[in-house]
Amino acid sequence: MDELSSLMQGFAIALSLKNVLYMFVGVTLGVLIGVLPGLGGANGVAILLPLTFVLAQQPGGTTTAIILLSCIYWGALFGGAITSILFNIPGEPWSVATTFDGYPMAQKGEAAKALTAAFTSSFVGALVAVIIITFLSPVIARFALKFGPPEYFSVYLLTFCAFVGMSKGQAMKTVAAMMIGFALAAVGLDPVNSQLRLTFGHMELLQGFDFLIAVIGLFGIGEILLTLEEGLAFKGTRAKIDMRVVIDTWKELPRYWLTSIRSAAVGCFMGIVPGGATPASFMSYGLAKRLSPDGEKFGTGQIEGVIAPETAAHAAGTSALLPMLTLGVPGSPTAAVLLGGLLIWGLQPGPMLFVEQKDFVWGLIASMYLGNIAGLIVVLTCVPLFAAVLRIPFAIIAPVILVICAIGAFTVHNSMFDVWLMLGFGVMGYIFKKLDYPIAPLVLALVLGDRAETSFRQAMLGSQGDLTVFFSNWLVGGVTGLALVLLVWPVIAGWRQNLSAVR
Amino acid sequence: MNTHQQSDRSAASSRALELVIAGLIFIFGAAVVFDSWRLGARWGDDGPESGYFPFYLGLLILVSSGIVFYRGLGDKKLAAKSFVSVAQLKLVLLVLAPSVIYVGLIQGAGIYLASMVFIGFFMMWLGKYGIVKTLVVSVGVMVAFFLVFEVWFKVPLPKGPIEVLLGLA
Repeated sequence: MDELSSLMQGFAIALSLKNVLYMFVGVTLGVLIGVLPGLGGANGVAILLPLTFVLAQQPGGTTTAIILLSCIYWGALFGGAITSILFNIPGEPWSVATTFDGYPMAQKGEAAKALTAAFTSSFVGALVAVIIITFLSPVIARFALKFGPPEYFSVYLLTFCAFVGMSKGQAMKTVAAMMIGFALAAVGLDPVNSQLRLTFGHMELLQGFDFLIAVIGLFGIGEILLTLEEGLAFKGTRAKIDMRVVIDTWKELPRYWLTSIRSAAVGCFMGIVPGGATPASFMSYGLAKRLSPDGEKFGTGQIEGVIAPETAAHAAGTSALLPMLTLGVPGSPTAAVLLGGLLIWGLQPGPMLFVEQKDFVWGLIASMYLGNIAGLIVVLTCVPLFAAVLRIPFAIIAPVILVICAIGAFTVHNSMFDVWLMLGFGVMGYIFKKLDYPIAPLVLALVLGDRAETSFRQAMLGSQGDLTVFFSNWLVGGVTGLALVLLVWPVIAGWRQNLSAVR
Repeated sequence: MNTHQQSDRSAASSRALELVIAGLIFIFGAAVVFDSWRLGARWGDDGPESGYFPFYLGLLILVSSGIVFYRGLGDKKLAAKSFVSVAQLKLVLLVLAPSVIYVGLIQGAGIYLASMVFIGFFMMWLGKYGIVKTLVVSVGVMVAFFLVFEVWFKVPLPKGPIEVLLGLA
């Protein structure tokens, strides 16, 4: 029960007036980001990351900084549901499944009920994930302390093979996008012997490509350009949540406990294994549709069809922080941005965090409980306000979002070159999304590139170039083996389908 | 495509874009392979050389983009699909072109003035707002950003001659 006493200490840290204030600021900003087109969890956190530079230098400031950023993330997770249900626009990719039943509910005049169900299920999903983080992360961290370079490389390999294996589109495009990320990460100084690589004589490339810039461009600008194609106005339903609807909905929700538990389990699993919130929400919606007695009515505005994807998405989004904290391997682009924040503040993510930065880790975990409560309060009370944001005319909101992106890109390194890069990444993101090249593996490869390479080369040095080092003991061999199975999973799944088709 | 309205005409087919992008990625991969080979992609005296890891990345880029290109060549469905219609492309360029000018403007005039002009331009040109409303919104937004970034979080933003004149930089 070490965890419980650590957690209590964490609550003591997270409950300081300053931290609670930043919690509410973060959640409100986050919901705003989740609602605005073009801004989402990953690029929202990336843009606001520079705000924490000064904050993190104060004593105890890193905890406040991570609370601010993680609460922006929780807020964005909540915010995605608002646009999905009221406007039929998924603010985030993982809210796509929420539109299937959420928007029909809103059209039937049950918007408030759908929103309450969505927010409450999000909260439940997050809560389950945080409880898992609380008890599982110290165990994993203790275990990971024994990791050497081969083990780390095998974990990176697993992360990336999982992306290829679970990609829905063409696996080759996932590979291409990922390798572009790795190659961009390799630009600049060689992390091992400081040789210049892939700069082709351009001094601007000396520092390499910062993934924060890539995130702001790919997700932010790219998303705005995509939204533009749909036209310049948003049409939506109005909604106001009053206490009576909330209580009535809450009375109804326990009936769907089985769906909630199933969705939370799917979400947590998909969040920890890199794959992320988006497939989790679809998978959970699909399962609920197949297993529910009202399954055939899904898509016409069933409350269960809102509960399932929201619970799973929030559980996955939250549990994606588990591998980030314990291993330093983020499971989603937003977790990657948070990891970037830790590095900038001078913290080394990974198992040592649980030994050397106890206050930080447990303050963060405690803030996950509190931040989600704060989130629930904010979204339940302020829905009309946030929905009003989407009614701001496009001629105002579009340039303001572009200004925010430019400011975000500039402040990372105080460099104008980065702002140009951001525009370039924006066009790239627009084209890549339309051609179904996945963006998430590109970003993760850009973040992890240097460290994956370093651990690979250290492992190779240790073994004098012998690749069997990745199978040298049961642990590293198991992880590498699992990675390879995931890599060829589409092929295996194809065979199985063919077999059953023959029968 | 003549049956469609003029504005819904396709500006480019998805296959054309697929091939162009796969081709560009292939060239990028070739550059990576080339530079890695120049640096040394083999096993040196003190372990793997600098180009060792990127060399294989580059090879994977060549292979994957090559396969995407090859598949795209024979893909009839992709050829019939529109990547972007003329009307959509117009909308996208409508925002993209001013954005490029805007970033150029930041370099000369600082972020505050450039952003006010940028927001103002959109409001008056796309939104057909009056000058008073435009000024209130564009100045208001930038004052808010100034307060949040420079005063509250102490993050400096790029400034131009106007700010220097006002004694803010």
